[in-house]
Amino acid sequence: MRNKALAAPYLVWMAIFTVIPLGIVVWFAFTDSVTGAFTLGNLARMGTYMPIFLKSIWLAVISSAICLVIGYPVAYYIAGTSAGKQRFFYMLVMLPMCMSFLLRTLAWVALLEDTGIINNCIRALGMKPLPLIRNDGAVVLGMVYNYLPYMIMPLYTVLIKLDDKLVEAAQDLGCTPAQVFAKVTLPLSVPGIISGFTMVFVPAVSTFYISQKMGSSGTTLIGDVIESQFKAAYNPNLGAALSLVLMVLVLACVAVMNRFSDGEEVATI
Amino acid sequence: MRTFNKVFTFIVFVFLYIPMIVLAVASFNTGTDIAVWKGFTFGQYGALFQDGVLLPLLGNSVIVAVISSLVATVLGTAAALGIRAMSPRMRSITMSVTNIPMTNPEIVTGVSLALLFAFIGQIMKINNVMGFATLLIAHITFNLPYVILSVMPKLGQMDPHLRDAALDLGCTPVQAFFKVIIHEILPGILSGALMAFTMSLDDFVISYFVYGPGFVTLPVEIYNYTKKPLQPKIYALFTLLFLVILAVMVLMNLLQAHDENRRRQGRGVFGRKKEVTT
Repeated sequence: MRNKALAAPYLVWMAIFTVIPLGIVVWFAFTDSVTGAFTLGNLARMGTYMPIFLKSIWLAVISSAICLVIGYPVAYYIAGTSAGKQRFFYMLVMLPMCMSFLLRTLAWVALLEDTGIINNCIRALGMKPLPLIRNDGAVVLGMVYNYLPYMIMPLYTVLIKLDDKLVEAAQDLGCTPAQVFAKVTLPLSVPGIISGFTMVFVPAVSTFYISQKMGSSGTTLIGDVIESQFKAAYNPNLGAALSLVLMVLVLACVAVMNRFSDGEEVATI
Repeated sequence: MRTFNKVFTFIVFVFLYIPMIVLAVASFNTGTDIAVWKGFTFGQYGALFQDGVLLPLLGNSVIVAVISSLVATVLGTAAALGIRAMSPRMRSITMSVTNIPMTNPEIVTGVSLALLFAFIGQIMKINNVMGFATLLIAHITFNLPYVILSVMPKLGQMDPHLRDAALDLGCTPVQAFFKVIIHEILPGILSGALMAFTMSLDDFVISYFVYGPGFVTLPVEIYNYTKKPLQPKIYALFTLLFLVILAVMVLMNLLQAHDENRRRQGRGVFGRKKEVTT
């Protein structure tokens, strides 16, 4: 069965349902919503959405960074436990990803709302309720919560493959634990860091549900704008233009990060 | 440092599981407000099973997940075999295409498919083109890369002589696949299929852009629900699903541990002794 033809149905499928749809997005982005004639008008409107793009990128970068800072010690701890415990922890990380992310996000809303669980407790203690939701912080919390497993997984994968002998060699050569970490463990986990960062950044920058539920009108993200062009405002041409810019942006980020990791690998040799 | 890491990891897991606890507690609440505890009841579970809406919607989700993951597994496994036979250049182009749905934001995939289906609907003069078929096609499309990316490494690890041996012993290529190759790559096929199934079952973003009113899945309905006050029955459903998935995962965990133990024992002297006696 060593036959290229086996991939033919797959290639046809991907051509029709992945490549052509992207072509249609480009086509819509460059045509007028009423006349269907060629226009640069949709893309010219991107300037007005620049603050929203920047805000989305900013919140997604912060969320990815927080995920890294939280996820690294967790992945490091899991990678250092026995095989049985590793399986158990792996399951615990995977499990939330299998449950409805809509309902889990709603549970956070119930916790953080002005009349939510946390503020009810605060009131019961006789203190003033805190503004925990409908702000940037709440959106970042929602992103970190939802996408943290995507950071822990690749970090863990890299850390268990890390050769213990390298760490021992560094210790024998007189490194302190901090130096071992900074000079051996951390540089060798760069591929995991980059893949984790990408896996958090991409869904975070394009989310619309988290910002709708946990944000306010001030935290409208690019995903919200695209969603409304297709579901409320019915301007698919503008929506396509926004999608195109978002896609190019994400691909550029991924390419830059991959370049970064390639350079890193060369440097370690 | 190790103790700090241990405590920190514990706190992170508490953070990850807080919403599950909130929803599970809410499923036993007599009140409808999730934030106010009124009293204990099993009533939501009773209401869930008498409910004629939620369970059929869950059924819809399962149908789409089963069919789409099966189709993706067959198409994807065949594709993985074909990709191995390609020239390096062709292979790299194919893998780039495979990576498109993986790196593209989900919303872009959803929007692009929605535009394609609307376009096809226009050409073929179909009103309300969105429905079961479009949903299924979309799910197969985003499931395919998961299958391919988990089967490809197994094919790479496989000893290429195994296939030659099978052919020398008189197998046709098809027999060689079903008698030899499939056993070597089965773990990859199964994990790809399982991943595709879970991704499909819980998918919201892509489904949201390609579903039609005639065929709604549970995540889409939950999204539409959240514009109105949520029915507490949903918390009961969530809690039950959580328990089912937990049970499946624990079972898989035990099977995996059992498998590893057996393999370890098979290698050791005591393991062999044990095998002889049993």
